[in-house]
Amino acid sequence: MSTSRPRPIGLIGATLALLRKDLLIEWRTRARLNAIVFFALATLLMFSFALGPDTRLLEKNAGGYFWLAILFASVLAMGESFRVESENACLDGIRLAPADPRAIYLSKALGNALLLIALGIVLLPVMVALYGVKVVTGFVDLGTVLLLGSLALSAPGTVYAAISSNARARDVLLPLLLFPLVIPALLSLAKATSLVLQGDPMNQLGSWLGLLLGFNLIYWGVGFVLFPRIIED
Amino acid sequence: MPSLPALALHDVSKRYGRRWALARLTYALPPGRSLLLTGHNGSGKTTLLRLLATALSPTAGRVEVLGRDAVADRDSVRRDVALLSHASFLYEDLTAHQNLTVLARLLGHPSPKDGASALLSRVGLEKRSDNPVRGFSAGMRKRLAIARLLLKAPDLALLDEPFGELDPAGIRDMEGFIAELKAAGVTVVLATHLVEQGMSLCEERLHLQDGRAVDA
Repeated sequence: MSTSRPRPIGLIGATLALLRKDLLIEWRTRARLNAIVFFALATLLMFSFALGPDTRLLEKNAGGYFWLAILFASVLAMGESFRVESENACLDGIRLAPADPRAIYLSKALGNALLLIALGIVLLPVMVALYGVKVVTGFVDLGTVLLLGSLALSAPGTVYAAISSNARARDVLLPLLLFPLVIPALLSLAKATSLVLQGDPMNQLGSWLGLLLGFNLIYWGVGFVLFPRIIED
Repeated sequence: MPSLPALALHDVSKRYGRRWALARLTYALPPGRSLLLTGHNGSGKTTLLRLLATALSPTAGRVEVLGRDAVADRDSVRRDVALLSHASFLYEDLTAHQNLTVLARLLGHPSPKDGASALLSRVGLEKRSDNPVRGFSAGMRKRLAIARLLLKAPDLALLDEPFGELDPAGIRDMEGFIAELKAAGVTVVLATHLVEQGMSLCEERLHLQDGRAVDA
């Protein structure tokens, strides 16, 4: 029977097929997007309540609060992305198809990054209204920060979501593993976003974006290499 | 030159924590024969099937599937082996058609949607093809799972309790699918508690007890 069997698709083809499947599941249920949008909105609101009526403080730290809201919500999103695969042992079904484990990683991480980008787009006008900030250096800069930030959170988050998906205390384990690792990226994101929102007279934004690009290369490279061992062994 | 065995187990053991699910199992299935796996619950049948499917790696020993090492040549073995498991491998929020299309795309099928539609008709689910799997009965899930297996067109089909959750008509259909696979030259390994039914479909039998091969 194997003579008539089609040739399996390559890494990029498998990544796109799996990403398409993940987006289709998300579109049909909208479970993750709804949950993380409301969670992140609530987080932004809580920051504004916690700091009281001091709008200057909110304005000054808006970038940090914005990324903390996305980080907290990303834990929900990434944990859920592997819950779908554990139901009916679907991850085994994909592995044995066989799909390249690196394609599974890339599709999951890209899917999570797209979700975080969508979340950032929804949160932005809310942050502007709540914290009274303006996008000073332009939306292209903000879009670049959002893109690099979402990728920087999703790459290690997807690896740790896979590791913690079989653990009993997975809801606790994922943030415990993820938060320390993304602190450098979070600092860069808060700083870069603050520059976009408050102006960049010293032209520092490029350096912070370069640093974020470096973090992304490390996170995605390590995830790409390690993920096959994580799901096979 | 004699043909290689369809599968060969060389002193294979598998341990979960402190429990040995398989203990020093040695066996070879002659080419062109099908195997019935029997044994009580927990005897190691599912573990053995998962080792043959490369879903697990042995703790000790060597597993050969279709003449290839199941660990070293894992990707190659996976392309030629399909597993019908207790878990259906189905996405609950996708429709039956979408579930098969996802797999067809991964397999590089030239027309994934048409291939999925044809298989849904073959397993009698064409009227439910656009319904999410979440609303399917256990028997319908089993039919969809066998469609998933047939889509792979395997050389070795591993069937773990294929008759479970099926009504009498479903059992007849499943027997028909297994007969079709065998007629197409596919080696079948069947694990079931329905020994008489299994014996009518397989030429060889391996009885497991506490992870060891024993006389039935």
